[in-house]
Amino acid sequence: MNDLTPTREQRTAALEGLGCKRKRVEDIRFTQGKGNYVDDVKLPGMLHGDFVRSPHAHARVKSINSEEALKVPGVLAVITAETLKTVNLAWMPTLAGDVQMVLADGKVLFQNQEVAFVVATDRYAADDGVNKVVVEYEPLQPLVDPFKSMAPDAPVLREDLAGKTTGAHGPRKHHNHIFEWTVGDKDLTDAAFRKAEVTIKEMISYHRTHPSPLETCQCVCSFDKIKGELTIWGTFQAPHVIRTVVSLIAKLPEQKIHVISPDIGGGFGNKVGAYPGYICAAVASIVTGKPVKWVEDRIENLTATSFARDYHMTTEIAATKDGKVTGLRVHVLADHGAFDACADPSKWPAGFFNIVTGSYDFPTAHLAVDGVYTNKAPGGVAYRCSFRVTEAAYCIERAMDILAQKLGMDPAELRLKNFIKPEQFPYHSALGWEYDSGDYHTAMRKMMETTGYAALRKEQAEKRAAFKRGETREVMGLGVSFFTEIVGAGPSKNCDILGIAMFDSCEIRMHPTGAGIARMGTKSQGQGHETTWAQIIATEIGIPADNIQVEEGNTDTAPYGLGTYGSRSTPVAGAAIAMAARKIKAKAQMIAAYKLEVHEDDLEWDIDGFRVKGLPEKFMSMKDICWAAYNSVPPGMEPGLEAVSYYDPPNMTYPFGAYLCVMDIDVDTGVYKVRRFYALDDCGTRINPMIIEGQVHGGLTEAFAIAMGQEIRYDDTGNVVTGSFMDFFMPTAVETPHWETDFTVTPSPHHPIGAKGVGESPNVGGVPAFSNAVNDAFAFLGATHIQMPHDYWRNWKAAKTLGAVA
Amino acid sequence: MIPGAFSYHRPASVADAVKLLSDLGEDARPLAGGHSLVPMMKLRLASPAHLVDLHGIAGLKGIGRDGNSLVIGAMTTQHDLLASDDVARSVPILHEAALLIADPQVRYRGTIGGNVANGDPGNDMPALMLTLGATYRLEGPNGAREVKAADFYQGAYFTALEPGEILTAVSIPVPAPGHGYAYEKLKRKVGDYATAAAAVVLTMASGKVASCAIGLTNVHETPLLATAAAQAVIGTSLDAAALKNAAAAAEAIMAPAADTRGPVEYRKHVGGIMVARALQRAASRAR
Ligand SMILES: Cc1cc2nc3c(=O)[nH]c(=O)nc-3n(C[C@H](O)[C@H](O)[C@H](O)COP(=O)(O)OP(=O)(O)OC[C@H]3O[C@@H](n4cnc5c(N)ncnc54)[C@H](O)[C@@H]3O)c2cc1C
Repeated sequence: MNDLTPTREQRTAALEGLGCKRKRVEDIRFTQGKGNYVDDVKLPGMLHGDFVRSPHAHARVKSINSEEALKVPGVLAVITAETLKTVNLAWMPTLAGDVQMVLADGKVLFQNQEVAFVVATDRYAADDGVNKVVVEYEPLQPLVDPFKSMAPDAPVLREDLAGKTTGAHGPRKHHNHIFEWTVGDKDLTDAAFRKAEVTIKEMISYHRTHPSPLETCQCVCSFDKIKGELTIWGTFQAPHVIRTVVSLIAKLPEQKIHVISPDIGGGFGNKVGAYPGYICAAVASIVTGKPVKWVEDRIENLTATSFARDYHMTTEIAATKDGKVTGLRVHVLADHGAFDACADPSKWPAGFFNIVTGSYDFPTAHLAVDGVYTNKAPGGVAYRCSFRVTEAAYCIERAMDILAQKLGMDPAELRLKNFIKPEQFPYHSALGWEYDSGDYHTAMRKMMETTGYAALRKEQAEKRAAFKRGETREVMGLGVSFFTEIVGAGPSKNCDILGIAMFDSCEIRMHPTGAGIARMGTKSQGQGHETTWAQIIATEIGIPADNIQVEEGNTDTAPYGLGTYGSRSTPVAGAAIAMAARKIKAKAQMIAAYKLEVHEDDLEWDIDGFRVKGLPEKFMSMKDICWAAYNSVPPGMEPGLEAVSYYDPPNMTYPFGAYLCVMDIDVDTGVYKVRRFYALDDCGTRINPMIIEGQVHGGLTEAFAIAMGQEIRYDDTGNVVTGSFMDFFMPTAVETPHWETDFTVTPSPHHPIGAKGVGESPNVGGVPAFSNAVNDAFAFLGATHIQMPHDYWRNWKAAKTLGAVA
Repeated sequence: MIPGAFSYHRPASVADAVKLLSDLGEDARPLAGGHSLVPMMKLRLASPAHLVDLHGIAGLKGIGRDGNSLVIGAMTTQHDLLASDDVARSVPILHEAALLIADPQVRYRGTIGGNVANGDPGNDMPALMLTLGATYRLEGPNGAREVKAADFYQGAYFTALEPGEILTAVSIPVPAPGHGYAYEKLKRKVGDYATAAAAVVLTMASGKVASCAIGLTNVHETPLLATAAAQAVIGTSLDAAALKNAAAAAEAIMAPAADTRGPVEYRKHVGGIMVARALQRAASRAR
């Protein structure tokens, strides 16, 4: 060895593997405007499609007249439900087992529903055509309030379901009822409530909002009549699933369909499902023989493709006088809009909402969810969320605060008292989950110490006294949130989409020079997979991350996978990556043994190669092994160095975190200031701390938006009143608070590298922190629960209702 | 969100612009920064067949003096206003308010002429112009005329502009030296129009309000001059009672629409608060 021999630290650092704050490789093209998005796809002869949409929330379509539209120069076709019926595509199946109109068939059921698809030679002509299509409507009584959906005299929304007393998830109780889903032991829970010393009950609403990625939903469909092949470039979070779905509904052989997700400008759940735009563009391409592009505008995105949340959760907790929880009972009224187009694993009509027992040791619990139809857009997607876990976390975190208030206990104290203890893991929850690992007490105490929680409470007490004396018009709130997520869908024993188990995959191919390509079934939309996936491989096989090219999104080249949503990429694909890498490493070990002329068992792994035990100078680097794999493998061994892994996770992973929001609210205007926001996340093994931090910042910003004003609001007649970024709260850097991030590390015991997933945690944990801060601010004036969103006027209204404003 | 077809014209003089607008009639609209007009065209709330772009007219841009008045060319952008030392020195409320309009991108394009001529009650400049006693110069087929800002606004998007007329300049009498000023705007986020906003320009003498003008934004279908509210504080030291009276008098003339910014009651209530806060801040700045 000489001075130039790199040290172990240098060799490890050179890999930029696990734990390295590696800079995002995708940012090189993104920051130079060189990304390649769907709208960048421009094909010769490409046509453009645009929708005629319904101005009504509920109406009968009497007639559609396309005559004038077809006279607009450039307009080639106007597709209606009648056209689609000839190819049996007027309706399409949803991921939730319902059916959905592709184009209005006799009726419209929500404002901005797709009524006709105008195809033209350019985008302007298409829109001109849209404005010339004359649709005659007969308005019907709209149903907007989900609480009135099951009234005996409620209007019938879904005439196609007449007489169907059973849906995809069991019996239907009413013509606007979709399903009832129950979990838990009802008798035991009822008994716990009968015996309870203290109970609370509150209807906690999580309002309708929207994932609103910057890039809206869009596609280009190109049908090659000669080959009979359909190529679709789309903003798909799950390209392989889209291909399978298209194959099933369009009756095209799967190998004749090529789905390509290029760069995606944010998904957040909005881009999981299939939308009428995709079907219409595909049909238009098949009919015209030309490529057809469909690009949603912002208003269409907000009002027609996949809202999120809209859960109304009547929540009860039973407890002892000294604050030990003894039972939880939740009833959810779930507003699914006009069609049940939730994107949940098929057997889970309310997603994983049964994680609603949260981080607490509830001996018993019972949950019932009723899904109902209303005259609103379909969806119910997981907006930066693992299938209704955001709703569940909000529900339990708000309810714990309400209980603390009733008991006169500090909310942090109440949580500490009821946490699942470290020694209880793996923990079986009353509603059926097996939590893999956690150390909640440590995380909570670290949050309290770092933020100076006790001092903040003292300051709050002083401020409250000053408010009562009339010395200030500001109230101060501390919002505590301790969430447990359930991510990584999922184990084939309980998760599938349309019958396809929710595994994920990785294929790694090492080239002779020691560089390689890795492909996965996932699809990054901003999560930085090209960066982090290479880091996992780097650590596993000792090849620098820079030498691993990561590719996703092309169904022709990538192995089948279920895509990226629900924080599933790291728990599932991340595991597949490690497993594929280990297969590479196992073969590499045999090659190294052969070349070093020792038995495999005499080798030990050393950062970036194999070393003969006890003979440190006998070493073969992974780079050299790659070369050898292509020219001198042991006799009988196939040359090459590649591996595939399809990973079916044994369990979900359960990230958790402790958040605190400190907020001041001016009661006269309702204007709030987030003084401080602290977020401690435990996502197990940390692959890239910088990317984690970025994910947390982004998720907290969304949580801030949702809690403090972001909503899809309908007026009484079913008009969307927040259909643009003027009214749909999308915070800028100016409004966004400063984020303090922190962490603990409790690896997942069953994941190959112990990682749990983090992308969604901040949205899940953030919303209750903000909402609890607002509620805590007003609590001393007598508030128990103030519904979200907490925008200025609603804060003022709360203050006024409480008598704090004249 | 795709505008309909239109023809584009770029005259080089006011006379040409006026002629074009007169000849083309109702279907033609002047185009300034486009940051109010183009969004409306994208939503097809406006579908002009002809746009007459005023950017080619050299004389319409710039900030100058005419006696004791600041004269601002219609095509002067909000960014230009912010960059002007003269504006900052002599009419600082204009600087303060311009900074509260949207974001830098919008301010690079948006013009003072477009802002005041638009007739949108949400625009911030009109109430300011009422407060400052500004006059608009309008040039049309029948020549030029001066109209007081106070007489210009007739209803939402209805102004004193006659067909074929364009607004060429805004003339603002420079407020007295030592005046106090404040523009208080409550908005939900950067880029949002006011939930309610109040402009105050006042002078103080021996601790009492000597003169005062108050303008209100987005609490009525037109910008408002809150004369009674201003009267209520003249001669007072802006004690709690005076502020309360001013807020109440201002609220009495407000008639905002309920929207996502809040119900009518809230918008009026915060309108009153904006008045009180603007008065206090203006007084603290007066010398
Ligand atoms: C996101 C966003 C946020 C905004 N927020 C605010 C805000 O908070 N406060 C605010 O005040 N404004 C706001 N605006 C509007 C912005 O200030 C506009 O630029 C301004 O209202 C209009 O100026 P313009 O030069 O863009 O006019 P244009 O949009 O070109 O024209 C507006 C109207 O005035 C007419 N017009 C223009 N110039 C003349 C003229 N010289 N003579 C006669 N008629 C004329 C046009 O025909 C048109 O009808 C916002 C705009 C955007 C896009």
